[in-house]
Amino acid sequence: MSDTFKVNIDGQELEVPKSHTLMQACEEAGAEIPRFCYHERLSVAGNCRMCLVEWEGAPKPIASCAQLVGDLRPNRDGSAPVIRTKGAYVEKARNGVMEFLLINHPLDCPICDQGGECDLQDQAVAYGRSTSRYDENKRAVEDKYMGPLVKTIMTRCIQCTRCVRFAAEVAGVEEIGMISRGESAEITTYLEKSLTSELSGNVIDLCPVGALTSKPYAFNARPWELRETSSVDVMDAMGAAIRIDAKGDAVMRILPETNEEINEEWLSDKSRFVWDGLARQRLDRPYVRRNGKLVPVSWAEALEATKSALSVGADQIGVVAGDLIEVEQAKAALDLFRSLGVKNTDCRPAGAQYGADGVRERYILNPTLMGVEDADALLLVGTNPRVEAAVWNARIRKAWLWGDLKVAIIGEAADLTYPYEHLGVSPDALNTDAARAFLKNAKKPMIVVGEAAACRADGAAILAAAHNLALESGAIADGWAGFGMLHTAAGRVGALDAGFVPADGGKATAEILGGGLKTFVLLGADEVDLSALGAATVVYVGSHGDAGATRADIVLPSAAYSEMSATFVNTEGRVQMTNRAVQPKGEAREGWAIFRALSALVGKPLPYDTADALRAVLRGKEGENTPFSGRGYAPGAKGVAALKAGPAAASGSLGNEPFKRTIADFYLTNPIARASRTMAECSALATSLDTAMAAE
Amino acid sequence: MALRRFDIEAGGDSFAFKPETEEKIAFWRGKYPADKQRSAVIPLLWLAQKDNGGWLSEPAMREVADRLEMPYIRVYEVATFYTMFRLQPVGKFHVQLCGTTPCQLRGAEALKEVCTKEIGKPMYVTDDKRLSWEEVECLGACVNAPMAQINDDFYEDLTPESLSDILGRLRHGADVTPGPQIDRVNSAPEGGTTVLTDPKLFDGSRASLSALPNLPAPAAAAPAPAPTPAPRPEPAVAAPAPKDDLKRINGVGPKYEQMLYDMGITHYSQIATWSQETVDKTEELLGFKDRIDREKWVDQAKLLAAGKFDEHEREFGQGKD
Repeated sequence: MSDTFKVNIDGQELEVPKSHTLMQACEEAGAEIPRFCYHERLSVAGNCRMCLVEWEGAPKPIASCAQLVGDLRPNRDGSAPVIRTKGAYVEKARNGVMEFLLINHPLDCPICDQGGECDLQDQAVAYGRSTSRYDENKRAVEDKYMGPLVKTIMTRCIQCTRCVRFAAEVAGVEEIGMISRGESAEITTYLEKSLTSELSGNVIDLCPVGALTSKPYAFNARPWELRETSSVDVMDAMGAAIRIDAKGDAVMRILPETNEEINEEWLSDKSRFVWDGLARQRLDRPYVRRNGKLVPVSWAEALEATKSALSVGADQIGVVAGDLIEVEQAKAALDLFRSLGVKNTDCRPAGAQYGADGVRERYILNPTLMGVEDADALLLVGTNPRVEAAVWNARIRKAWLWGDLKVAIIGEAADLTYPYEHLGVSPDALNTDAARAFLKNAKKPMIVVGEAAACRADGAAILAAAHNLALESGAIADGWAGFGMLHTAAGRVGALDAGFVPADGGKATAEILGGGLKTFVLLGADEVDLSALGAATVVYVGSHGDAGATRADIVLPSAAYSEMSATFVNTEGRVQMTNRAVQPKGEAREGWAIFRALSALVGKPLPYDTADALRAVLRGKEGENTPFSGRGYAPGAKGVAALKAGPAAASGSLGNEPFKRTIADFYLTNPIARASRTMAECSALATSLDTAMAAE
Repeated sequence: MALRRFDIEAGGDSFAFKPETEEKIAFWRGKYPADKQRSAVIPLLWLAQKDNGGWLSEPAMREVADRLEMPYIRVYEVATFYTMFRLQPVGKFHVQLCGTTPCQLRGAEALKEVCTKEIGKPMYVTDDKRLSWEEVECLGACVNAPMAQINDDFYEDLTPESLSDILGRLRHGADVTPGPQIDRVNSAPEGGTTVLTDPKLFDGSRASLSALPNLPAPAAAAPAPAPTPAPRPEPAVAAPAPKDDLKRINGVGPKYEQMLYDMGITHYSQIATWSQETVDKTEELLGFKDRIDREKWVDQAKLLAAGKFDEHEREFGQGKD
């Protein structure tokens, strides 16, 4: 028996794999099939009946989403079965289904946030009747509480159960369900508790009607008023594809875009709902501290003040870059400070033991995010992907659920939504038979070290041990680079690629911030310990008034990620660019431009006048291969040769101090998130849940 | 069907199965493989409801979910789907009054009024916590309509008076008898039987010769059997008692033996003397054709009459007995 089957769809004969559903076959034939319950990334439910098609000879219309092509049979004369996706028969069937769906659906489109981008609305126009024949009372359903992100208007629900399936299958938290039956059926969370998934916002996109809508976005805008800008998310190091919808100079919402290699079509709640943080706590003009108080000044004054702060001598200056730094700013700042002779530059967290040797493969996620679907054994060292890269965690779960991936972790035990083997809590578990046995029979093993694991005293030893384990277990073979680091900060890999590490003899982050210098320059560095800076002058370049700006003596406002076209490199080493969706706030400038201006003032003008010129420098000369030469792809297996060379020489041995939780609060990891009320609400709720659980 | 929600307040904080229920839980769980334990969710919910005074509280539901390692929402879905799981408290005696068509036609409406009067609204629990009621769909006892289920028992053929009486007895702790509440055995006809009443059906007196229903019709050539009995073959000699065992003749079973006896043919010697005419007549009376010749009854009878049993057995085998 062959694996394909001939079908005649709308008069066009084509051969499709037997495993295809009839819906897929019809789409291959170019037909458009309406649907509500069917979704490519969820299991088939077959309960909305909107996708009916005609199979000639069948007694009834066929739900094409649930009909496997392999289960069709040829006509008696051996010709391919005839499927029709158009015509009076199909139209009548869909018309009937639509009439039933609309029986209990309220006619409140004018006040519904889904209006204008509603599947039901669109399909009712295409397939519905012009007027209703229904005279009875419509049913009404009480709204349910689903947490601070998802607003529910349950009367609009058509029971497609996409949200139920998403929660159970993708998010891995079985918290949404359909209770009661028949006319009383309702979608709810268990006893209306808040959703605990960090992917819960995706049910808003999945909901084909306006039953689940975005609470923070409620009644804010209509889809046709919004200006859509494709961009890249910076809330974690994945660099998910997003669409920033803006109205005027305000970001109104953020939606995921499809990028199969990174986020499929999901987005974490932090990335999706952080947008209100882009309008709060903003540094919209330069400030200089006078008599203990920050006072607004002009750019010229601020830059002049900065110039004098930098005149203390190159060895008395320390520069630390933060988590959200874009490549352009890092490059411009680095070029300027190097030209001034500053050696104390670092973009890594305190105690980092990686990245200094410039071998890119040692600090990126070589196996790639998508690669986990090919892997059959995944060892996570000192990382919790559920909080560090929530969307990737869903992909790991997918590989476990539908594929044959098995997972083991070394580190703090946590609920990752899939089962795993817990090999130990401390780094010394790397060097055990259990770890080797776990990887032993795997064909494509994958070892991922969390960034925080490489920021310990024994970080270098951990990286070396994991690297050696990867070599030993065959994780690094031709076409498969199964060893990498999972970063937590969007700007880190890009800054490392730009060379933002201490020069020879320079100090690293912990030593810089340990005090003793006269001038500190913080490039959005808010996640570091600033308590030991003493009486030194602090220059803060950043977008939000957070820890750094509070301590700063000179504040230079820069643009946030939604306000500039800038380069970010994700944890895989994938170079991507954001796009400017709105103008920078007030007098804020793009980071690189601040340093370009400063460089002219201090008499060391940088050799580029535009961002494009700067990026040309980054890309290198024609034919030159720099990390920035290509855009949009992950190097992946190209790193095999470099990885085969082995780890960097590491002194010290694996410690037995347990890995600590890397991210204390998923919702508050950066200044933008900390400025967001929505994130604060989520954080408070999550904290109270944690406490409640601990109390039980 | 109204909205079904847990009564969180009445459910309290905790629930524990009774110790004696553990055995039943083990029994139900034992039916399913280790990785399919969630299949036992309905029996376990049912046991939890029994142990919780006839209704399913939220802690009870959670206990079931925890035992089967199921997410709460999945068990919640099941508990709300099936109306046999009651999510609100009920009285010690919970009346499930059938209101489906047969019962309604037989007076269930009046019973509802009785319940409303004696107890209150549906799902209201009386102050003494003894009684509550709800209307349910068909309980499958239509033949005894109208009926109600009170806890585990059916009370059938109710009238407003008898239901009122039962409710009064339950309220005061007096004995009640489940089953039909009128003079009737189970589902037997009300007021005694109306068919199959002839006593002869039961004393055996109707067991006499008659045309057997499944035999082939008499030969078309033969004249229709006369309603009057055909002239019986004359006994050749006065039959000496006792009767011979005609079943020894191969082809004669107990039935034909009895019929032959009834015709007055009791001895081998009588058959041994049959003429062809007698044979034909007898065949007609017995309701078959050519069999006496084919099975050589006459020849057999001659041997048997002569006492040559061994020779008969050799030649014709053992007769039916």
